[in-house]
Amino acid sequence: MKWEVVIGLEVHVQLSTVSKIFSGASTAFGAEPNTQACNVDLAYPGVLPVLNEAAVDKAIHLGLALGAKINQKNVFARKNYFYPDLPKGYQISQMDLPVVEGGQIAILVGDEEKIIRVTRAHMEEDAGKSLHEDFHGLSGIDLNRAGTPLLEIVSEPDMRSVDEAVAYAKALYTLVTWLGICDGNMQEGSFRMDVNVSVRPQGQEAFGTRREIKNLNSFRFLEQAAKYEIQWQIDTLEEGGKIQQATVLFDPDTGETRMMRSKEDAHDYRYFPDPDLLPVRISDAWIARAQSEMPELPGQMKARFAAEYGLSAYDAALLTASLAQARYFEAAAKASGQGKLVANWINGDIAARLNRDGGDILACPISPERLAGLVARIADNTLSSKLAKQVFEALWESDLSADAIIERDGLKQVSDVGAIEKMVEEAIAANPKAVEEFRSGKEKALNALAGQVMKASKGKANPAQVLEILKNKLAG
Amino acid sequence: MSLTQQDVARIAKLARIAVTEQEITAVGQQLNDIFGLIEKMQAVNTDHVEPMAHPQDASLRLRADAVAESNRRDDFMALAPQAEAGLFLVPKVIE
Amino acid sequence: MINATLKALSQQLAAGAVSSEELARHYLDRIDALNPVLNAFITVDRDKTLLDARAADARRAAGNAGPLTGVPLAHKDLFCQQGWKTSCGSRMLDNFVSPYDAHVVEQCKAAGMVTLGRTNMDEFAMGSSNENSWYGPVKNPWDIQAIPGGSSGGSAAAVAARLTPVATATDTGGSIRQPASHCGVTGLKPTYGVVSRYGMVAFASSLDQGGMMAQTAEDCALMLNVMAGFDKRDSTSVERAAEDYARDLTRPLAGLKVGLPREYFAEGLSPEVARVVETAVAALKKQGAAVVDVSLPNTALSIPSYYVIAPAEASSNLSRYDGVRYGHRAAGYTDLIDMYEKTRAEGFGAEVKRRIMVGTYVLSHGYYDAYYIKAQKIRRLIANDFVEAFKSCDVILGPVAPTAAFDLGSMNNDPVEMYLSDIYTLSVNLAGLPGMSVPAGFAANGRPIGLQLIGNYFGEARLLNVAHQFQLATDWHTRAPAL
Repeated sequence: MKWEVVIGLEVHVQLSTVSKIFSGASTAFGAEPNTQACNVDLAYPGVLPVLNEAAVDKAIHLGLALGAKINQKNVFARKNYFYPDLPKGYQISQMDLPVVEGGQIAILVGDEEKIIRVTRAHMEEDAGKSLHEDFHGLSGIDLNRAGTPLLEIVSEPDMRSVDEAVAYAKALYTLVTWLGICDGNMQEGSFRMDVNVSVRPQGQEAFGTRREIKNLNSFRFLEQAAKYEIQWQIDTLEEGGKIQQATVLFDPDTGETRMMRSKEDAHDYRYFPDPDLLPVRISDAWIARAQSEMPELPGQMKARFAAEYGLSAYDAALLTASLAQARYFEAAAKASGQGKLVANWINGDIAARLNRDGGDILACPISPERLAGLVARIADNTLSSKLAKQVFEALWESDLSADAIIERDGLKQVSDVGAIEKMVEEAIAANPKAVEEFRSGKEKALNALAGQVMKASKGKANPAQVLEILKNKLAG
Repeated sequence: MSLTQQDVARIAKLARIAVTEQEITAVGQQLNDIFGLIEKMQAVNTDHVEPMAHPQDASLRLRADAVAESNRRDDFMALAPQAEAGLFLVPKVIE
Repeated sequence: MINATLKALSQQLAAGAVSSEELARHYLDRIDALNPVLNAFITVDRDKTLLDARAADARRAAGNAGPLTGVPLAHKDLFCQQGWKTSCGSRMLDNFVSPYDAHVVEQCKAAGMVTLGRTNMDEFAMGSSNENSWYGPVKNPWDIQAIPGGSSGGSAAAVAARLTPVATATDTGGSIRQPASHCGVTGLKPTYGVVSRYGMVAFASSLDQGGMMAQTAEDCALMLNVMAGFDKRDSTSVERAAEDYARDLTRPLAGLKVGLPREYFAEGLSPEVARVVETAVAALKKQGAAVVDVSLPNTALSIPSYYVIAPAEASSNLSRYDGVRYGHRAAGYTDLIDMYEKTRAEGFGAEVKRRIMVGTYVLSHGYYDAYYIKAQKIRRLIANDFVEAFKSCDVILGPVAPTAAFDLGSMNNDPVEMYLSDIYTLSVNLAGLPGMSVPAGFAANGRPIGLQLIGNYFGEARLLNVAHQFQLATDWHTRAPAL
């Protein structure tokens, strides 16, 4: 049987505020346990929540970027359950009236663009952490994270492959970091994904029973976990088994998913509007202000890059994977006037280097201006592609400009006709066999002769000129 | 409406309150009496009435995003039933 | 001095006739003598009190005294007070020494008031008799066989027995007005949002409101001037210009329209309470007030509506008591869930557990609309009734409770019977209005009976005006129990 995969994502984005969503405690990561948990975060008797304006503002920005509806009246509700990292015994979240409803985001899988619909995004507070290292058989609770603002972004089950799911997650990641509403630090848990996976026979309309993989904090784990889960579900069904709705965890060590033991008893969260908080009302003016602050979005910038610089959709998508990358590209493209060449360098040699070193564009030692200097010398034929690579290496290792490197290392391409003619004549004289072969119709022999000329010029001769002069001389 | 013993046991479980078999019976009776009282509101037609969550029809006031709290861990830990190394200790948490 | 009002003490302190320390010692001695019988206080700490008192005297000497500097008071044991046990009448918080101050406590400290101790109460403010306290019931100073009312029974008994000139209290469904009525003192529950809930241990967030009890309406006004005020830490605190709640006290009652809701004088009201209220109405008429017949047709529904909303909010508010960060934790348990269940089974008393279970049930899957939403719709109907009634009157007048205080232990196993006795007080909380109880007479058995006055939103000054004028014409509020 052919199976179709159905995937939806719930992404928890930590909003990059300095203080918590309902208290004045710091959200900075990495502090000593419980040093950033105030009486409100610890749910002392009598304490009350007061909403952080910046959390709402960031939610509005995301909503606008997704083309979603901003609910100008939205309501906080309590989600009740007992867990040691949840001090109040309820999480303040949003249920019936979330801040953002609807919206969509475009993803690129191969050359295909696809629209993934967003159901909603709601504000809520993060929980603390249970540390599982052993305290004489006990768990330690650190509540520094408790109360960190989250935006939970829920997609429709619109994805039909793991690649689409990863592309959606990456597109969302790009957007929230682009907007500056999330620091994007996935190791620190700033962007955590829950994936709902189900399979159904190809052609069947009804969804299969889904299982939810909780709390994935890297795109690689997302990919591995979803792949494993899909195969497990297909195997189970093909063996005549049934899928039970469940919440599962992914174990990166084994690459497998397993049922969460703590969630076995069915939850009844008893949502109701939080009586400590009144409805949040968002004015037209606030939305207008947020709209006016909106940067050019990745999708818009991608389209503009393609049109303005003659780039492929693929190249434009790579360049707009992050705001920093897009800005880098645009600065170098403007300085050199050579968008296509700049794109090739960024998506080619620079990406390979950064990938090898495990950094992003911000870690690139070559400034956009210096890259533009290199590209300009390629465009005006000062550098052959071979010399350009040499200059690129030197740019990476030093602070010099491309021109200074060319000057220092004498890497200027030789385009002086007289000098090249002389070298060509010497090559013809020294290689009678190759000349004979060429004249008897072996086109390849020309390359061998050109190679000799290039070698004699120490790689500096303009290769196009060398070929042209060679042909003329041999024909003569 | 009448709550069964299973209902009472389920509610107690949700509320994380241990109840003995005896208590379930006694509490069940009291809860049924209370619900007898509560059920009286079902007789009233409330179509087209907006639920009232709060005495005031006001909007939420927001605070500026600023850190206003300092570290008081020692004060708080002194009140904890069980703590070590700045952490609250609880029986093993199973995920 | 025993019967001195807040006003009188303030004047004596200002005149240097008495020091704050002398006053504090006087009340502490009286507490020592009478509290073993009355059980009105959970915690008294002589050293702390005297420290406060000396500081107040020093402040006065330095010329920085305010009107209430050096005046002693007692706090209901649910206002968090740094360094004081804040138990909420519960075993759950028996070991909880608050690391921070409630807004109300801060305000009283800023005024220079001196804390005598912490008053007993029904556990987590749930109860109408004060029999639900982990620390045992409070006795009514008028008759120690009688309940003092609840949940602020300790505050009411302490003021009635002159163990303190004033006490803070809270009112979620009548917890200020009903004990004030049963103990023959004056109590005020302000409009929801006037007094900050920050640091007030929550029972039902949309209903809870802090207030006070004292001998007179004038004292309540002075005290409200201290307690009220915008607090940015409570999102439901109302941002309004500060007002002097005593400003209208001397205003004559001529032209005042007093609404008598016919539903408050129907079946269930004891004849002696009816007689007391009628006598009070006659007194007000004599002072120039006009009586208007009004209707609050959904009064009876306040009971089911309240007993859904309050337990629902409470069930969630009380989830934080889990034995993890503070408070009681059971001694023996097998695992995490067992720790939770045993801790909460041991830490909470029967009534609290009952309400948590009711609240859990009405919020649970499949029942939310039928109970919680339905109750909120009825809440709207009840609030609308008041809006309508206040179109034709300035204040509403009625009984506080159907009877005078009943005997201790007489309703122990009948929560429903107890709930029914809240009939005249619950609506005020559901609507969020201000209400008062003013001493107005006695039952045949000598137990006090109060008169309820209900004001329009933010109408505290008017309400206090009516109560003060009533107290100028009567002397019920000056009667004190023989102890």
